[in-house]
Amino acid sequence: MAAITIDGNEAAARIAHKINEVIAIYPITPSSPMGELSDDWSSIGQANLWGKIPDVIEMQSEAGAAGAVHGSLQAGALTTTFTSSQGLLLMIPNMYKIAGELTPAVFHVAARSLAAQALSIFGDHSDVMAVRATGFAMLASNSVQEVMDMALIAQVASLKSRIPVVHFFDGFRTSHEMSKIDEVSDATIRAMVDDGDVHAFRERAMTPDRPVIRGTSQNPDVYFQARETVNPYYQAMPAIVQEAMDHFAELTGRQYQLYEYHGAVDADNVIIIMGSGAEAVHETVDAMVNNGEKVGLLKVRLFRPLDGRALLDALPSSVRRIAVLDRSKEPGADGEPLYKDVVTALAESAMAGDMSFDNIPRVVGGRYGLSSKEFTPGMIRSIYAELRKNEPKRGFTVGIIDDVSNTHLEWTEDADAAGGDDVKRCVFYGLGSDGTVSANKNSIKIIGEETQLHAQGYFVYDSKKAGAVTVSHLRFGPEPIRSSYLIGPGQAQFVACHQPVFLDRFDMLDMASPGGVFLLNSQEDPDNVWSSLPRSMQQQIIDKQLHLHVIDAYRVAQDSGMGKRINTVMQTCFFAISGILPADEAIAKIKSAVEKSYGRKGRRIVEMNFRAIDQTLAALYEVQVPDAADSTSERQAIVSVNAPVFVREVTASIIAGKGDQLPVSKLPDDGTWPLGTAAWEKRNLAHEIPEWDAELCIYCGKCPFVCPHAAIRSKAFSLDAVKDAPDSFKHTRIKGKEFDEDVHVSYQVAPEDCTGCGLCVEVCPARDKSRSNYKALNMVPLAPLREQERENWDYFLTLPEYDRDRIRWSTMKGAMLGQPLFEFSGACVGCGETPYLKLATQLFGDRMIVANATGCSSIYGGNLPTTPWTTNEQGRGPAWSNSLFEDNAEFGLGFRLAIDSHNEQARVSLDKLSDKLDKELVTSILQADQSNEPGIHEQRQRIEQLLPLLAGIDNADARSLEAVVDYLAKKSVWIVGGDGWAYDIGFGGVDHVLASGRDVNILVLDTEVYSNTGGQMSKATPKGAVAKFAAAGKPVAKKDLSMIAMAYENVYVAQVAFGGKDMQTLKAFMEAESYPGPSLIIAYSPCIAHGVDLSFNLRQQELALKSGHWHLFRYDPRRLEEGKNPLQLDSKAPSIPYTDFASTEMRFSMLQRSHPDSARAFIQQAQQEAVERYNHYRQLAEISYAESDEAANQDKE
Amino acid sequence: MDLTTDYLGLKLANPLVPSASPLSKDIDSVRRLEDAGAAAIVMYSLFEEEVRAEDQFMDAYLYNQDIGHSEADSYRPVSVDYQTRTDEYLAHIFSLKRAVDIPVVASLNGVTTGGWIEHALELQEAGADALELNVYHVAADITQSGQDIEQMYLDVLTALRSQVRIPLVMKLSPYFSSVANMVTILEDSGADGVSLFNRFYQPSIDIETRAVSPELNLSTSQESLLAMRWIAILSGKVNITLAATGGVHTADDVIRMVMAGADVTHMCSALLINGPGYLGKVLAEVSGWLEENEYESIAQLKGCTSQQHALDPVAYERSNYMQVLNSYKP
Repeated sequence: MAAITIDGNEAAARIAHKINEVIAIYPITPSSPMGELSDDWSSIGQANLWGKIPDVIEMQSEAGAAGAVHGSLQAGALTTTFTSSQGLLLMIPNMYKIAGELTPAVFHVAARSLAAQALSIFGDHSDVMAVRATGFAMLASNSVQEVMDMALIAQVASLKSRIPVVHFFDGFRTSHEMSKIDEVSDATIRAMVDDGDVHAFRERAMTPDRPVIRGTSQNPDVYFQARETVNPYYQAMPAIVQEAMDHFAELTGRQYQLYEYHGAVDADNVIIIMGSGAEAVHETVDAMVNNGEKVGLLKVRLFRPLDGRALLDALPSSVRRIAVLDRSKEPGADGEPLYKDVVTALAESAMAGDMSFDNIPRVVGGRYGLSSKEFTPGMIRSIYAELRKNEPKRGFTVGIIDDVSNTHLEWTEDADAAGGDDVKRCVFYGLGSDGTVSANKNSIKIIGEETQLHAQGYFVYDSKKAGAVTVSHLRFGPEPIRSSYLIGPGQAQFVACHQPVFLDRFDMLDMASPGGVFLLNSQEDPDNVWSSLPRSMQQQIIDKQLHLHVIDAYRVAQDSGMGKRINTVMQTCFFAISGILPADEAIAKIKSAVEKSYGRKGRRIVEMNFRAIDQTLAALYEVQVPDAADSTSERQAIVSVNAPVFVREVTASIIAGKGDQLPVSKLPDDGTWPLGTAAWEKRNLAHEIPEWDAELCIYCGKCPFVCPHAAIRSKAFSLDAVKDAPDSFKHTRIKGKEFDEDVHVSYQVAPEDCTGCGLCVEVCPARDKSRSNYKALNMVPLAPLREQERENWDYFLTLPEYDRDRIRWSTMKGAMLGQPLFEFSGACVGCGETPYLKLATQLFGDRMIVANATGCSSIYGGNLPTTPWTTNEQGRGPAWSNSLFEDNAEFGLGFRLAIDSHNEQARVSLDKLSDKLDKELVTSILQADQSNEPGIHEQRQRIEQLLPLLAGIDNADARSLEAVVDYLAKKSVWIVGGDGWAYDIGFGGVDHVLASGRDVNILVLDTEVYSNTGGQMSKATPKGAVAKFAAAGKPVAKKDLSMIAMAYENVYVAQVAFGGKDMQTLKAFMEAESYPGPSLIIAYSPCIAHGVDLSFNLRQQELALKSGHWHLFRYDPRRLEEGKNPLQLDSKAPSIPYTDFASTEMRFSMLQRSHPDSARAFIQQAQQEAVERYNHYRQLAEISYAESDEAANQDKE
Repeated sequence: MDLTTDYLGLKLANPLVPSASPLSKDIDSVRRLEDAGAAAIVMYSLFEEEVRAEDQFMDAYLYNQDIGHSEADSYRPVSVDYQTRTDEYLAHIFSLKRAVDIPVVASLNGVTTGGWIEHALELQEAGADALELNVYHVAADITQSGQDIEQMYLDVLTALRSQVRIPLVMKLSPYFSSVANMVTILEDSGADGVSLFNRFYQPSIDIETRAVSPELNLSTSQESLLAMRWIAILSGKVNITLAATGGVHTADDVIRMVMAGADVTHMCSALLINGPGYLGKVLAEVSGWLEENEYESIAQLKGCTSQQHALDPVAYERSNYMQVLNSYKP
């Protein structure tokens, strides 16, 4: 039996791909990899058990996937899907049908939290619990090995019983955990699957050759009876599953039970649980039983149909106390599902008088692990301790501090980790893009597959995309590793810090166990390394007697031609020091792993890696630890002391990685969080920042416009205002009709928030006449300027914003004086989406409400701990909410409905009160012209005037008006999301909202692919582009969403590209917002998924326009009233070959390497289509509308 | 008419060998060149820089896509099998060898010694009949002496010579203090031939955008005179193949070159402008001229006006200069 080292997703996918014919999916974290792997295997021609290559199709949503799955099953093909969370919810209607029609199928679910007060990508059982009434059977896997095993058992049982199965395992904890397992061989699969069952399934298929009808509409006379026909099938199911498990045991030696007991044969106290938590309990029970304690656990595998009898029979008759653990929450219920099932089983058994217990055991229910909250031995012990009490808590929680409802159990964590001393525990801190994670995955594979040791790897990421921190938790040991929780404080014999910047930020050595090893990547001189450490860290090293090993990994990488990639270097160090494998053997294995990954193709890269590996050992050195700490530096405060209380207490804790310790009372009740938190987290990502030369500057305003992070801004002010400015603060006179004589402007960078992308320098048009490479902005090293610019930035923030009523919004330099209310997001360096959002907030932020679809924008917009959305000095700013993915347009429409309703109510109330109020004021409010900034400002002022007058009126109408009076001032509704939402899952909603005629602004941030979930194709993906589920190039052209919208004729539609024509973008945003109806802006957004360095963001946009890949235009229905053609084409005819654009992006150029013939054909077609599309738009834009008016007039005569 | 000539130890039917150009990327074009009478073909160059750039591109965008975001560890499909630039080149040699009978000369533009050797062996393995070493080095490093540069050429040659068994021809630039001496040194170090001269494309400046941009300018007959001079000087003094390249456009150019002592004349721009069939026209004209002037073979013509055999050998040295200056009439 082959040992393989894979994660839970791969384990499930391997089986699913082998025993299915059709796979219809929609990507959603954390189950996306299952679909992606299936697509990979099909694309390289890997066949299933019967020799056919499974057909993998990506649908427009999970609802669509479920429909396709249902159809495929009904037509007799073995079909499966993979999903989680919200996706599973969208499949519910079809699940009822599939079960109702007794159709064998397995849905593999990486179980994940449901969005309630917030969305969470992490694991718990909320989603599977929400489908327990569908009639699907539910089978739980607790570990990666079980995932592979149960995936097969589920299919076999389903085929035999005709009942479809949800096979689930914990999202992230199991789906993404790498583990060494025994591969389920093809022979085993072959032996398990009964072709007779498959043929029987096919016999029942919908086919004209043996036609039947299904999906009839039934009436009160028969529906009930027809529903009850399924009972025998459900009754037979548990035995069928057990039979499959037994057969599996014969073939593999691994025996599973539906309800599996483990622990003392005479246990008093038992935990009942399912999922990965069972592994941690198993490990803890072993340790406790070893200590003589009478405890045990019952693992529930078959949750539906629940065989209560079998469950109870599995328990020792000695059991007196039971804690049933649920990994979900059902607010308003008197208990969570598994708890209630156990209580029901017991109660029924008691009532029937057939209990095998002496007395009915006392059962309590508890919740644990919601959204991948840790579930550790300490917590488990506290549950057993609770059971020993006279009155164990009912409906308890464990793993949190609930100081509101006091549900929690107290627990302490033991430094002596369960799992034994012969387990090696290693923790690695790395930066997202430095290859730490892939190096560790590699190490696990090497150790897992080349030694007898068992290996486990789990990876924790933070919430950002730029400069994200990764923490890898690796365990190695002689026995299978059941520790389904992170390595805890004091437990890691090996801690590595791969980035010197972390020394300042994280308490890494908290993880270190006494006598362990600390490996540090540092560029300091060997003599200075010790003093470069924060004092507290030095103390930890001394106190814990750690060995300090150092390497200048960047130098080694540089010298061997690896550039910034340090993964191989650090991996070599790990093996050299950790002693898990003898150094020579380890080095040889790393080299062969490198060769395997790159193969013959990357021979040069392989050689560079070899060079790096060889140089590493020579460069690695140990530092003699002095007796005392002598450092003068200490870790920086997470946030400034000037931050608001909430930020200091809650936000800072989360940033520091101490969020787990926040008690319930500190968190908002209803998921409401404050704005403006990103500004308090100074990330210091840039090594270089732009330096402004005020002399050369022509104050065009382009630099603040293109900055993705609002890290360079402009303010205009009178000279007098800066008389106290720091000496280094720069400003220059700004000329223009709208500016008084003494008005100056400053373009100031926020040095600790800048990511160093360089786009501002790229766009700057002002060049020194004698030095072509010196502009008004130049990238310079940050370090020497940090202090000075920090001071300048803080000063800059104190300067007043320029009077918005005086800003000439139609000019770039003017518009850029608008304060951005979207700043410092965690988006990728050089992101193409964020400049559009920032622009919208500069123009409309203080009256904006945003409905944001799930996707990159909801992640960088709303992923805790911080949000980039912020408020102005008056406290106004964009109100922002992410509802769901599929409903975003409708959600935003809902905002408009409510706002209009409030406005109407206010007008009604105002009217009713008009005789008690100043007539002139009332009239001017009701007739206010709010078509521009001054107009809105004036209306706000009138409302200010109105309030004291209302306060003086004592009646219900006045109170009623007070509650909605602010809605008399215009509000701007924005519906924002990516192409995944707008073109695919949310398209139905977008379409309906476009057709509604209501005043909303839809902004589609078009990256032409599903960016956030890892590059799956959308209908916005262009022809010939490579994406997941389109590995051979997307064969179909990009959907023309603009044309569809323009067909309504009463929708404002614009296509923009901020890096192509900035003024057109500005104009489009202003026109769209002013249009009193639905507006649609489709914004071209370069993205890392395109496979290009985003420091070329602007260049890519220019190339896209010049090649005809993208076109710019505005369709304004108001022009019809003036007898003008509503469509204005703003870009020119393609002037460069399409390939000049395509060859610069990996998403196209890859195809030339993988499918050269298709690539050639696609480029040709794309070239043609680019020109044709342009001509089409041009023809439309040239139609004369005046003539038809004349013709109509003539007709009249 | 016996148009045969010796080229790197290979016997060619005539001295016309199209040089490295985009024409060689297309099998049909190469067939048409062969039909038109091309005696051998030099393929477009394989650039080590491009190979390395592609490696790095793949490394960044294929093998290391993880940016540390929990929802995705890649952004494009990962397990895609692909043909590298080198694969493509080798496959092309293979296809060409099957499509035409004439010798196929691979062209390699290397950067590092390791790269030169690795690629040279691959090209030999793929069936290339000879290897042209396209050393395109702009000596922009002001600390690098002429000697350093010459040593670099030598190092490349000796490294390859020790590993590669197929003939090696070195394409040289004219920027040596002593071209003639350089050629003799290369001969001693094992080169089978030299190709004179490599054309360096000069960048231009866009005065509006200040961009320093590459400029592609095709050659003119004028340029060929430089190579002709040196071939004339070298002819008879070295035994290795002398190939003329750069500015060979017409039958007259070809004849001139052979008279100077060239074993082979390469054509590139002329074929790009006039199409593959043009080669046949030139061949016919050369053959016709030889007939008219009662020559029996190319071999007979070869080197008749080299420095050794010219009426006025010093014309290849200084006196030409003085004569030209004095001949200019405003």
